[in-house]
Order: sequence, then C-alpha cells, then structure tokens
Amino acid sequence: MALTNEHVQLRLTEKFGELVSDFETTYGMLDFEAPKEQNLKVLQFLYDEADLNFQFMTDLTAVNYPDKIGRELAVVYHLHNLQDNLRIRFKVFTSIENTDVFTACKLFSAANWMERETYDFFGVNFVGHPNLIRILNVDEMDYFPMRKEYPLEDQTRVDKDDEMFGRG
Amino acid sequence: MSRPVRFNTTPIEAHLKEAPSVGEAPDGYAGEGFFTSKLSDVVGLARKNSLWPLPFATSCCGIEFMATMASHYDLARFGAERVGFSPRQCDLLMVMGTISKKMGPVLRQVYLQMAEPRWVISVGACACSGGIFDTYSVLQGIDQIIPVDVYVPGCPPRPEAILDGFMKIQDLVGQESIRRRNSDQYKALMNSYGIE
Repeated sequence: MALTNEHVQLRLTEKFGELVSDFETTYGMLDFEAPKEQNLKVLQFLYDEADLNFQFMTDLTAVNYPDKIGRELAVVYHLHNLQDNLRIRFKVFTSIENTDVFTACKLFSAANWMERETYDFFGVNFVGHPNLIRILNVDEMDYFPMRKEYPLEDQTRVDKDDEMFGRG
Repeated sequence: MSRPVRFNTTPIEAHLKEAPSVGEAPDGYAGEGFFTSKLSDVVGLARKNSLWPLPFATSCCGIEFMATMASHYDLARFGAERVGFSPRQCDLLMVMGTISKKMGPVLRQVYLQMAEPRWVISVGACACSGGIFDTYSVLQGIDQIIPVDVYVPGCPPRPEAILDGFMKIQDLVGQESIRRRNSDQYKALMNSYGIE
C-alpha cells in the first residue's frame, strides 16, 4: 500500500496528539506544524517508523512573518520518503527575540550546511550545531539580510530612471 | 550545379597602408643613423603595445571578453596577444562581471600580487557600479577596493566597447611618465585604498 498524506497525519496525531497541528494539503503536499521544542522528536519519529520512513531531507529554510507577533520566524523542513516517493513539509515557529531551535544535524547530515545558510540569512540559532557560522555572506556582516525588516527601495529614486538606460 | 560551399575566388585587396603594423614613432630628433627621444616615450611605446591582460571574468561580461579575444574582434591586434593567468606576470587587470562582497578580498589580493606598473580596466555596469545588483551581497563598484583607470559601461558592453576601453588604457600607458609610480600623488592614491 502506497503511503498517503492521510496516513502520515493519522500516525502523527496518534503519537503526538495536540502537539502537531495546522495540517493542510497544498498542491498535494502535506504541511503541518509543531512546537519548536518538539522538532527533533517529530523528525526522529518520521525517520524511524517503518511505515513513514522519511529519511531524506531535501530542504531546510526559514520564512519571516513580521506580522505574527511571537512567532515571526518559521523554520521549514522538507522531508522525502524515497521508497513511496512522498514529500511533506514540517514547520516550527519561533520568536525573533529568542531564535533557539534544536539542530537536526545529528539526524540528517544534510542539515549541517542548510542550517548554516538559514542562520546566515535569517539568524536562526540552531542549538547544538557543530559549526554555526556564516556560509554564503561575508563573515563581517552584522545583520541577517533575508529578514523582512529593511525598507524597500525608494520608489521616487531618479538615478536609476529608464531615461538613464536609453529607454525613456 | 551550384556548389554547397562557395569559395572566395575574388578577394578584396587588403588596405595594408591603412593598417599599420608598426607603432607610430614618438616625437624626437632624427638624423642619419640616429634618433633621439624621451626615454618615457620609448618606454611608453613599448609598454602600450605589449600589454599582458589578466582577465578576471565572473559573468556575462566575461563572455563578451571571450568574443573580444577571439578572431573576429581580435584583441591581439593591440599587442595583447598573451592573456596571462598569473597576476605576477600581467600589467592590466581586466575586471569583467559582478564582484560580490565576498569576492572583494580575492580581487584585491590579485591586484596586490601584480607588479608595478599595473593598470585596471573595469568592464560592465556591475564592475563599475554594482549595476542592477543594488543589494546586500554585491560590491557597488570595484573602485571601492582597488583603483580603476578606465571604466567601460554597458550591460554587457559590446566587444567594440571593450576594445575602445583597451585603447584608452593604451593611451594612458603610452603617455604615462616613468616617474608617476614614485610620485606623492600616486602614493596618496594607494594609501587611500590602504595599499602601501
């Protein structure tokens, strides 16, 4: 029997009950949320159970929601079951003041660089990461560039007018 | 029956008189069997017609440079046949493409490894000013970290524009005083970039 989103959801609610929430399916991909303290337990459960078997981490990133007070940053894990070819998305939310989230490095080696990237751009502090330093940006950078806390370019700027490029 | 390939059986005569193969002699006093001129002019003449470019090509402007080097545009006509990939041997650093902030120290290191006299040409909008990449990760012009002699605008510039920039460099090289690199002005310029 091929693994389905409904079965994954059922197994998760059996195990974690109220802790896992906000199940939704967008474009056929299951999406759910858990408290950030539980992230490793959920990942380990998805990894270990023979019928779930999510042993491949395809992506790890973060999203900044500046309007959600107290849960501004979402850390998103994309997991893949290679045998049944099923992908799911798992989110944990954290506040921007205290961005500590447990590292998934012990479980997925792939998480090492992806967590460094997420730290680099969003400032998520992955507790227990062996080498949490900037990976893509210059080491001297003292801000997290992908956070939505910077103003957009001034729309009245004239120095980059079309006229300057012969398109006026 | 027409042939699939047509051969150029009536080639146009080349205008060899208008295509000088010898550089113009500098001003001086010529007599029978001798010629006197300024040393700086002779040195300039030699330098400007034997520049060794070091291409530092990071993106699309580098592709235009490849066209510039190739047979159609042929940078070798200007005495720059020998493109070197060792900064220690080259005179002209050609920076072509976006330089990110992380690449900045590398470019600076390459510049520092070049021996004096050295020139820098900045090709393309990105190298000159950051171009369209008005963002946190891109250096807004390489002149923030190294001095630049000639800027070639364009996104990317045509090979003709690169050649024009190269000829501007040749003018600078040909007219440069041999004492310029020891002058206080030049030292002040280097110091403003933190280079001893």
